[in-house]
Order: sequence, then structure tokens, then C-alpha cells
Amino acid sequence: MVEARAADAVADAVSGAGARGVLARGLGRSYGDAAQNAGGRVVDMRSLAAVREVDADAGTAVVDAGLSIEQLVRLLVPMGLFPPVVPGTWHVTIGGAIAADVHGKNHHRDGSFCEHVEWLDLLTPQGQRVRVTRSDDRELFEATAGGMGMTGIVLAARLRLLRVESAYVAVDRERAGDLDDAMSRMSERDDDYRYSVAWIDCLARGGRLGRSVLIRGDHADAGAAQRSSSNGALAFPGGARLAAPPWTPSGLLRRSTVRLFNEAYYRAAPAREVGRLEHMRSFFWPLDSVRNWNRIYGPSGFLQYQLVVPQGREDALRGALERLSDAGCPSFLAVLKRFGGQNGLISFPLEGWTLALDVPAALPGLSRLLDGLDELVAEAGGRVYLAKDSRLRPELLPAMYPRLSEWRAIVERLDPAGVMRSDLARRLDLR
Amino acid sequence: MRDAVGTVQSLLVLGGTSEIAAATARRLVADRARRVVLAARDPAGAEPLAGELRSAGATDVEAVRFDATDFDSHRAFVEEVFDRHGDIDCVLVAFGLLGDQDELMRDEAAAVGVVQSNYAGAVSVSVPLVERLRVQGHGTIVYLSSVAGERARKSNFVYGSSKAGLDAFAQGLGDALQGSGVQVMVVRPGFVRTKMTAGLEEAPLATDADAVAEAIATGLRRSADTVWVPAPLRIVMSALRHLPRPVFRRLDI
Ligand SMILES: Cc1cc2nc3c(=O)[nH]c(=O)nc-3n(C[C@H](O)[C@H](O)[C@H](O)COP(=O)(O)OP(=O)(O)OC[C@H]3O[C@@H](n4cnc5c(N)ncnc54)[C@H](O)[C@@H]3O)c2cc1C
Ligand SMILES: NC(=O)c1ccc[n+]([C@@H]2O[C@H](COP(=O)([O-])OP(=O)(O)OC[C@H]3O[C@@H](n4cnc5c(N)ncnc54)[C@H](OP(=O)(O)O)[C@@H]3O)[C@@H](O)[C@H]2O)c1
Repeated sequence: MVEARAADAVADAVSGAGARGVLARGLGRSYGDAAQNAGGRVVDMRSLAAVREVDADAGTAVVDAGLSIEQLVRLLVPMGLFPPVVPGTWHVTIGGAIAADVHGKNHHRDGSFCEHVEWLDLLTPQGQRVRVTRSDDRELFEATAGGMGMTGIVLAARLRLLRVESAYVAVDRERAGDLDDAMSRMSERDDDYRYSVAWIDCLARGGRLGRSVLIRGDHADAGAAQRSSSNGALAFPGGARLAAPPWTPSGLLRRSTVRLFNEAYYRAAPAREVGRLEHMRSFFWPLDSVRNWNRIYGPSGFLQYQLVVPQGREDALRGALERLSDAGCPSFLAVLKRFGGQNGLISFPLEGWTLALDVPAALPGLSRLLDGLDELVAEAGGRVYLAKDSRLRPELLPAMYPRLSEWRAIVERLDPAGVMRSDLARRLDLR
Repeated sequence: MRDAVGTVQSLLVLGGTSEIAAATARRLVADRARRVVLAARDPAGAEPLAGELRSAGATDVEAVRFDATDFDSHRAFVEEVFDRHGDIDCVLVAFGLLGDQDELMRDEAAAVGVVQSNYAGAVSVSVPLVERLRVQGHGTIVYLSSVAGERARKSNFVYGSSKAGLDAFAQGLGDALQGSGVQVMVVRPGFVRTKMTAGLEEAPLATDADAVAEAIATGLRRSADTVWVPAPLRIVMSALRHLPRPVFRRLDI
């Protein structure tokens, strides 16, 4: 493990990498082995975290790759600015957001993170420092966006930001009785909202399959926010974090418990609620305020599974949900959302529907269940998210990522010696 | 790489003609293993299994020559396997000789042969093996020990002592490898119906090779240090271990 105190240290780490190669690591929030490099070198990017420039007029910022979304948000919001895309945890770095080309609740409208990157500074596997823009270096840009760190180490980037008037989101909530209902409500009205997700009850079966709570909203304007906050519309309080109790019993995740929880959550959601103001922190990053939230899954932990199927293959999504609910797969967190188009060559998002869920690793028959889902998804022309994968069968990768061969050719040209390596890449024969 | 649910993608079997190893290889290939190297004294004898694994979905299967008692060849053997096949997620150390206790006590060369393959052979091949695994920074070595090594019995103590040595070596190695990314799993089966035990009277809790394979797959998933097959043997052996010598001596085992 090498600490990236300065860009030069990163360059040294890359040029001195041994046979097992080198890999950048941000905050390690990818679920699987994307940020690991067994036997090789790992460059800890967290200390390369300067903000180089914020241009409030142009609405852009130049930041180092080790800066976290949390740091960025705390800096920008009081200035009336916001990152263009934020994932479900703010403990991710800009480098990690680029390498996984992360998506947020606004993907249907704003696309993924890298669509808002004007340029990035890349330290290539051969040790050159290059500025990569989408227009001038299209290939390299598209291979780096979502490229899971295999094109080199991102040192800095210039981001286009969003203007906001407050630290609040005006949120509409409504219940959908089943999957068709949820999907048609989302298809019809999603474009009216910047942010949109549906929380799905994976245990509901039969006629109630896919029953969900739709949660949609947009940044609240200053006037509305002023009325609900005494600290000012753009205030961003620190706030202590609640801890999940260390003794949280693994039994908490028993199917019956989850069933009760999901039932209560669904019932507690209003049939329809409009314009409720919620602070950004609880709207975008609810889990970040519960330390060790993953403890509720017991000592054996959990896997995260996220799939996307193209528009028009809603049947495959329904099939996946049916299998999950038939298996009685207990999941507190199952999120359905619409995606816009694809960005990088092997970026995850694809126009269609994505479903993300946590499944307890101890669930009997889990491997077979997920293998079956992989096949279903691949057959439908969909894919699973590499940043969250930890168990995909490598054979399915080319079917899921049809532009993989183009990406491989670029990476091969850029890094013939195989300097950039990761456990994920080894496991999936990615490159 | 082993994935998050512990399934193995590449496997090296030392003792590729062992029935327990064959059952384990089948089991792991059914899961996900795609690259398998079967190392045996007689590689041709491992070919039928290699063919079977290929038709079960393994893409890269090879039978190669390996003799546990040809110590001088071990380093080059290990180097060649890793150089040709890349990372190995799991090494199954399955070779072993039981021998006939009475005969071994009449033929010192044969007795030493058992010790040389079961114990010395395992130690000898482990040294270069561990070196390569440390470099790749991950992987699990699975040693087929035996309940016979838990407490020496008059009916098979040459074999038992060789397994006791192997077991101690494997445990110490596992501890020494903490933090390196490399893991060691010690498997202690009881009586398993294979060619090794053909013609012998079955012991209580006798089991078969598929059960051992299943226990190994589960152990890999859980990253277990020790696996007993069947599981209740752990309790039985713990009781036997504490039995006073005079009582133990009179047991007909
Ligand atoms: C609770 C939770 C919620 C999440 N929600 C979402 C979500 O809503 N949407 C979404 O898209 N993702 C989501 N994720 C996944 C997460 O956003 C990605 O895995 C992201 O890549 C993590 O960033 P990181 O800084 O922790 O990177 P790491 O996990 O450290 O690394 C991830 C990858 O990025 C590469 N990398 C990191 N820094 C650099 C760099 N400077 N240069 C080149 N490569 C680099 C690494 O090599 C690795 O391949 C979530 C994760 C968690 C834990
Ligand atoms: N069966 C049981 O009851 C039992 C119980 C506990 C532990 N075990 C252990 O489990 C392992 C597998 O046993 P098994 O039941 O599968 O028996 P097996 O089918 O007889 O397998 C043992 C294998 O070891 C190989 N071998 C012996 N000496 C060797 C050498 N010098 N070099 C390379 N290979 C050599 C043999 O290969 P050849 O084909 O060349 O002879 C044979 O295929 C052994 O270590 C055994 O001690 C078995």
C-alpha cells in the first residue's frame, strides 16, 4: 500500500510496480474486489484531495481524484453548487466515481458521473501524465469512464456542477400497488423530476409483486427551504452519526422480520404526499448516517447485487423479481430506477431499468440464485454492475458488455505490459 | 480469484488420481472452477477425469507428472505450473498412502515410503508452493489430513504418525501465513470408501468421497481452518483424545 501524497508519488508507484501490477484505491466503497490487488501494489489516493479551483460563474470545479463527495458537497453547497451526480454513499472519491462511472437518482435525466467531467488528468500505465478530454481523446476518455482503474490513475478532474438554492430536496412520495403500476408511474412522470427511485418490497408475491414506494423530487428553492430551516437554506450541519448497535442480532434479518419491516414501511408511506422538504443528507445518503449499518445482516455480511435490463425487456426484470421473491430473499434495500443512456465503453448504465439489492451472504442457495439471475439478465441484453460484483461468472462478461472487445483493445495498446491490475480484473478476465 | 461466495476459479490437485480429489474437482468445476491442473505419478491415469471435467465446463484442464517422493523435482514443478497457468486459487494436497500396518512393521523401506510421501513429500512441495502463493497474495492450500493423525492407533500408526506430522505442519503454516492473503485448510476425514480403504472393514461414521468434496466446498466458502468429515467426528475425536492410555489401548480400533 502506497500513499499518494503528491502526483509524483503516484508516478513513482506506477513506474516501480512489480509483476503483480498496481491499482488506485479511493475510499474502498466498491463492494467486491475492484479496489484490491493481491500480491501487488495499491495506491491509496485519499491524501491527494485538494480543491484546485471553483468557478462559481461557470459552475465548474477542478479537484484532485482523492477528494471525497462528502468533502466536495460540504464545500459546494454553501456556495449554491452541487455535484452533478452523487451515489448512495458520499464516502466515495472522485477517482472512484470516474472509474465506476457512478450513477445517482438522476440518471434518467442527467446521465452518469463522467458525462459531467470536462477533462481528467490521467497518469497512464506507461507513466505519462495526460489531460484527457472527451472531444480530443474520445477513446481514452470512454475507456477510462467506468474502466475500473485499468487505463491508469486519475489524478484530477474538472467537473461541471449543478446550481442549487438550498440544502433541501422537495420530495413527493406515492405508493404503487405492483410492478406494472410502479413502472408505468415512473415512465409517465419521471421526466418531471430530477431525482427518482422506487423502493421495492422484494418479499411481496403474486398480485402484489413489485409493490413499491416511489420517492421523487428536486432541489428545493430558497424560499421553501428558508421556511423550514432556521440555519439558512444552504446550511450543512455536521451532525453526529447514529450507530447500529454492535449486538444487532443476525436474526434481525430473518425473513419474517424483513416481511414485517417491509410491510410497515409500505403502510407508513403515504398513499400520496407532495413537496415534503428533506435535507440532502437524509435524501441522498440515508445509510451514511447509520454507522455499521451492514451489521443488521449479521456476522456473515451480505452481497450487493445490481442489474440493469434494457427498455423493452421489462419481462426480464419481472422474472428476476419473481425469482427473488420465490426464493424468499430477505432484503431491506431493493431499489428500482430508470436509467438513461450509456456513457463509457464498459460503463454500467444502459437505457432501461436497474434493480439494486442487498442479499445476506448466508442465504442458502444464494450462488445458484444469483447465477440464474445473471443468465436471465445477460439473455435480455442487460448486465450487472462491476463496482458491486463479487461473484459473476466470467463467461457472461462479453455478452453483458458488448463493447468489451473495443475497450480491451484500447487497454492492450495503452498497457501492453499489464501494469494496471486488480483482483476484479483477474477474477473476471476483464482485460 | 476466489469470489465473494468462496467459489474457486483455478485448482491444482496434487495426487490427481485420488478418488477424494476427483470428487472435489468435480464439485468445484460444477461451481465455477475453469482451470484445473491434475498432478499425478501417472498423468495418463488422470486423463479420464480431465476429460470429464472438460465436458463439465472446465476450459483449461491438464494432467501433469508429479511424484510426492521425488523431492528434487518439486521446485521446478511448482514454478512450471504457476508460470504456465497463472494464479491458482486452491491447491488440494491429496496424495497419500495407507499401507498395511503389519506389513509396514516388517518392511522398514515400505514404512519410510509412507512417511516420505504423506509427510516429507507434503512438506517438500509446500515450501516452493507457499513462496508462489505469497507472491500472488491469495489462495488456499487444502491438506487432506486424517482423524488417524489425531490420536495414534495400534491398527494404523505408521500412516497415523505421518498424518500427525502433516497436520501439525499445516496448522503451523496456516498461522504463519496470517495476513499474507494465503490460507490453509486442514481436512480430517474419518473412514472414506475409496480405493485406499477397499477391502477394509468400515469404521463407524464411514462416509464417501462426495461427502468429503461437499465439506471441502463448504469449508472454502466459509474460509474454515479445519474441516471434519463427517462433522460429528470432531466431538468423537475430542473424546478419544482425552481417553486415558490404558483404556484407549484396549479399544479395538
Ligand atoms: C452504501 C453504498 C451505496 C452505493 N451507492 C451507489 C450508487 O447509488 N450509484 C453508484 O454508481 N454506485 C454506488 N455505490 C458504489 C460506489 O459508488 C463505487 O463503488 C465507487 O467506485 C466507490 O468509490 P471509491 O472511492 O470508494 O473507490 P474504490 O472502491 O476505492 O475503487 C473503486 C474502483 O475505482 C478505481 N479507482 C479509485 N480511485 C481511482 C483513481 N484515482 N484513478 C483510477 N481509478 C480509481 C479503483 O481502482 C477501483 O477499480 C455505492 C456503494 C456503497 C457502499
Ligand atoms: N479414504 C480414507 O478413508 C481417507 C481418510 C482420511 C484421509 N484420507 C486421505 O485423503 C487423501 C486422498 O485419499 P483417497 O481416499 O482419495 O485415496 P486414493 O484414491 O488412494 O488416493 C490417494 C492418491 O495418492 C496418490 N499417491 C500416493 N503416493 C504418491 C506419490 N508418491 N506421488 C504422487 N501421488 C501419490 C495415489 O496415486 P497413484 O494413483 O499413483 O497410486 C492415489 O491416487 C489421502 O491423503 C488420504 O490419506 C483418506
